[in-house]
Amino acid sequence: MTVMDGPIGTASETAPVSRWVTVHDWATTTDHKKLGVMYIGAALFFFGFGGLEASLMRIQLAFPDLQFLAPETFNRMMTMHGTTMVFLVGMPMLFGSANYLIPLQIGCRDLAFPRLNSMGFWLFFLGGCLLYFSFLGGDGLYGAGTAPDVGWFAYAPLTGKAFSRGNSTDYWILGIMVSGLGSTMTALNLVTTILCSRCRGMTFSKLPVFTWIMLVDFVLVLVALTPLTAAQFMLLFDRFLGSHFFDTQAGGSAVLWQHFFWIFGHPEVYILILPAFAWASEIIPVFSRKVIFGYSMMVYATLSIGFISLGVWAHHMFTVGLSPSANTFFAASTMLIAVPTGLKIFNWLATMWGGKIRFELPMLFSTAFLCQFVIAGLTGIMLSVVPFDWQLSDSYFVVAHFHYVLIGGLLFMFFAAVYYWYPKVTGRMLSRKIGHLHFWIFLVGFNLTFGPMHGSGILGMPRRIYTYDAGRGWDIFNLMASIGVAVQAIGILFFVWNLYWSARNGEEAGDDPWDAWTLEWTTTSPPPAYNFEELPVVHSRRPLWDRKHPEDPDWKYE
Amino acid sequence: MHQVLCKALIGALWMLVLMPLAAVAEGPMPHQYSNIFDPVSVTGHQIKDISWFVIGICALIFLITQGILLWCILKFRARPGDDGRDPPQIYGSTPVEVAWTIVPMIIVVVLFLATARTIAEIQIEEPPEEALVVDVVGHRWWWEFKYPEYGITTANELHIPTSTPENWRPTFLRLLSQDVIHSFWVPRLGGKSDVVPNKENWLWYDTPTAGMYLGQCAEYCGTQHAHMLLRVYVHTPDEFAVWVADQQKADVEDPKVAAGRELFQKTACINCHTLGGTVANGTYGPDLSHFMSRKTLGAGVALNTPENLRAWIEDPQALKPGCRMPNMKLTELEVDHIVDYLLTLQ
Amino acid sequence: MSTSTQPTAAMDVPPEHEEWILPSKGKVGMACLILTESTFFAIFVVAHLFYLGKSLTGPFADVLNTPIIASICLLSSSLTVVMATRALARGKLIPFELWMLATIALGGVFLGATGIEWWGLIYHEGLTIYSNLLGTTFYSLVGFHALHVTIGLSMLAFVLILCLLGHVREEHAERVEILSWYWHFVDAVWIVVFTVVYVIR
Repeated sequence: MTVMDGPIGTASETAPVSRWVTVHDWATTTDHKKLGVMYIGAALFFFGFGGLEASLMRIQLAFPDLQFLAPETFNRMMTMHGTTMVFLVGMPMLFGSANYLIPLQIGCRDLAFPRLNSMGFWLFFLGGCLLYFSFLGGDGLYGAGTAPDVGWFAYAPLTGKAFSRGNSTDYWILGIMVSGLGSTMTALNLVTTILCSRCRGMTFSKLPVFTWIMLVDFVLVLVALTPLTAAQFMLLFDRFLGSHFFDTQAGGSAVLWQHFFWIFGHPEVYILILPAFAWASEIIPVFSRKVIFGYSMMVYATLSIGFISLGVWAHHMFTVGLSPSANTFFAASTMLIAVPTGLKIFNWLATMWGGKIRFELPMLFSTAFLCQFVIAGLTGIMLSVVPFDWQLSDSYFVVAHFHYVLIGGLLFMFFAAVYYWYPKVTGRMLSRKIGHLHFWIFLVGFNLTFGPMHGSGILGMPRRIYTYDAGRGWDIFNLMASIGVAVQAIGILFFVWNLYWSARNGEEAGDDPWDAWTLEWTTTSPPPAYNFEELPVVHSRRPLWDRKHPEDPDWKYE
Repeated sequence: MHQVLCKALIGALWMLVLMPLAAVAEGPMPHQYSNIFDPVSVTGHQIKDISWFVIGICALIFLITQGILLWCILKFRARPGDDGRDPPQIYGSTPVEVAWTIVPMIIVVVLFLATARTIAEIQIEEPPEEALVVDVVGHRWWWEFKYPEYGITTANELHIPTSTPENWRPTFLRLLSQDVIHSFWVPRLGGKSDVVPNKENWLWYDTPTAGMYLGQCAEYCGTQHAHMLLRVYVHTPDEFAVWVADQQKADVEDPKVAAGRELFQKTACINCHTLGGTVANGTYGPDLSHFMSRKTLGAGVALNTPENLRAWIEDPQALKPGCRMPNMKLTELEVDHIVDYLLTLQ
Repeated sequence: MSTSTQPTAAMDVPPEHEEWILPSKGKVGMACLILTESTFFAIFVVAHLFYLGKSLTGPFADVLNTPIIASICLLSSSLTVVMATRALARGKLIPFELWMLATIALGGVFLGATGIEWWGLIYHEGLTIYSNLLGTTFYSLVGFHALHVTIGLSMLAFVLILCLLGHVREEHAERVEILSWYWHFVDAVWIVVFTVVYVIR
């Protein structure tokens, strides 16, 4: 009996394979493709929890003075939602997609250190499980256990032993520390892979834009994640060894935690958004039928963003009482970083200009990205104007801003990427009909939730409050936001249904369903375990374009 | 009639659903929109001006980029029945790319200069001689206000004088924290400043218009962060002088509430609260001198009515779960005495 | 939708690169590790500098004795490990083992001296991690460095044992060199820590 390759290309044997052998195969794999899929699977798994936490919060805030959640429970939901979405959803999305695609795009067979890759995944997952185990501590699931309740940035001295009794903060520290260790390992692995495993002919000026952007992203991970680890060790020492890093009674500084956290935290949000740029740079050209406009500037802009992002951190601290010169400096650096970011938007628009745009699902999501991310960027500029930030900081305006970045930007591009690469991973196309339902419903829901938050912020509603009085003018915005959550949930359900249904019933994709140009489309869908029959040799940034257009290859114009 | 009955029924059903979910406190809280674009102070106006400037620039950028996007969607979509050949591949254009780097840089420089100027105008950390200085101490979850110039200590409701060009007397707040980081924010009076332990921050208001302005803590500080509300009463100089005099008066010793006063001084109330004219000088909780001159209790969790006061004394945790005032487990009679006594603190 | 991925007529190609040389994975990986560990240490160094002179109580910086001998030992061990790597590259196993032993011994002296220093500070001077800000930053910074020295020594000892068991050959010289980079990094961090803790005070 012949055995079909599984949905994502498990090793085919000549005899039927038992379920347990498959589980063992996946649990012990070092294959970058399987690990990539596992990362995405884990991201979706934690996304469910993060979404549930958000939904509970929005029910509580739908009307003024509700008592649906006790304040302690709300505060745990608030903390876990942020922590989950940043560390357990955003990070695995980018590691998963890079893990899967980079070896294929650079023409090699696996990552530089396959076993380290596996260890990185399982450490990340273990950290997540440790964090979620906190729900079972303390009083158990009633009242959300002993889940962290200090906010996802865990400011001192709120997190000190004096104000955070019990172990909720310790779960936050350890869960993220372990997870972060895994992330650092994988970033090291991917940087080494990109530098050391490129196929013949692929110089740095011929790397696909996706790979370039991810390279900068992973260097940022290497540089920015360990400051958080260091700060967390300091907090752990304060809590258990009696040290005084953030102990204001002993002369310590509460602001020092903020500096250390945001030295990590700001690059972190660039780490999260750069993959959206990377996906956009692959998808928009293919669906516009044009090469990306201004490859060199895209690369330089990415390098600038990476570099400058290390110097803007205190724009999260404009209200903490830094000197006027410090505030002015960080306003300048923050405004500066808008320039290379805006440049990318113009490059994508220029790519679309004069093209023959096919509005398949990846392109629909990318178009929404191009609108929503611009909104996010512009509210970011508003926030960089320090005096304006003195009003807007810590209000719902900021909540609106970063959700437009992370959902309107990152998540929409993640959906685009899934619709684009799912055929490569599984060999089947995702359903267009279900996809349209997913897109339009989610688009409405997302904007319905986060658009109004700009309004409540302007009317003075601070963040992280579990309830509010009627008559402040916030009621209608909160109600709209809460209704939007229900709409988003329906959209997500269609997405999940699409993933599941199409795995069995989707149209067969073939090697290159989108008529694309990078190396992953030269091999089968799904790719064999060894990726390529023969390792490719490339001469330009679009090797497959060269093969399809032998009379007009790219290398003549680069 | 049928319609009215239906509406009444639906209304009743809504009430049935919502009432159990509604707060315990009685009485409506004040309606006021703390709109940052409706400022009353000098700094508030300065912030508003630069805010509109940057919003204008951003709106322009939005219209341009989205206009191009829309144009691409309409003009450059693949038409059905076209030849399927790829359009001309444009790899880049140095002049265009230089232009769209330089223009944003110019915008950034202009915006930066405006920002730097406004920072310098607003961020002042040395109170001038004429200023009224008030010490603000953030606690979990209430605000303490001390007027060193007048020897007054009060809580949660800040009273300051107007400041006009003819009678210039800005209020400078020295912000300190007793425990964790809080943030002092009254949107219509200006930007916020964090309140950080072991660090002194300054905020100032130069407000020509009298009125009452709402605000609240804007930095997550634990369980009841949501109920660390602020009210700022801006009085004309005459009214302000009256308020100061009232606060400086000793509390009247009314013999009718002697039982309550004695009970207050004998029980653990005095461990946390200070009350002028008694032995109570606890600093853990708010100073209760002239308590009935305040419009709210529990840092804004309820209006300061006799019913709410009674509910609070009976069990503060019911109104503000997690707050630092424990249920003192007083008997009905004891609660009566205490409430009667507190009601005399005008 | 999918077009042939095989080249049709003779594809026009530019002149081929003669050699396609990629960097060594081990070296790039180790460089990444050093990069990430550097930012880790940088945060502790910043904390120490920030809190200089800010301790409210407790033993002040005058109780610290500059560990000259220990530092000389540690920094010399960088030289000995270079000699070891060179010996292995030339296939001379006995000198390799001797130089490795010297490196480990020098590192061991450093650790021992640190231990003695800490014993004195804790029991005679009363400087502990919880005594004051100085204690907090001193022990965490010097402690994390000592941890990295320990890890480095363990790895070096592991390689030495493997060699004594006959598993190390000339072709492994690059791997040992990569390990020596980690050791040089540890030494470089010590130079920074030494300057910040004992010189700047």
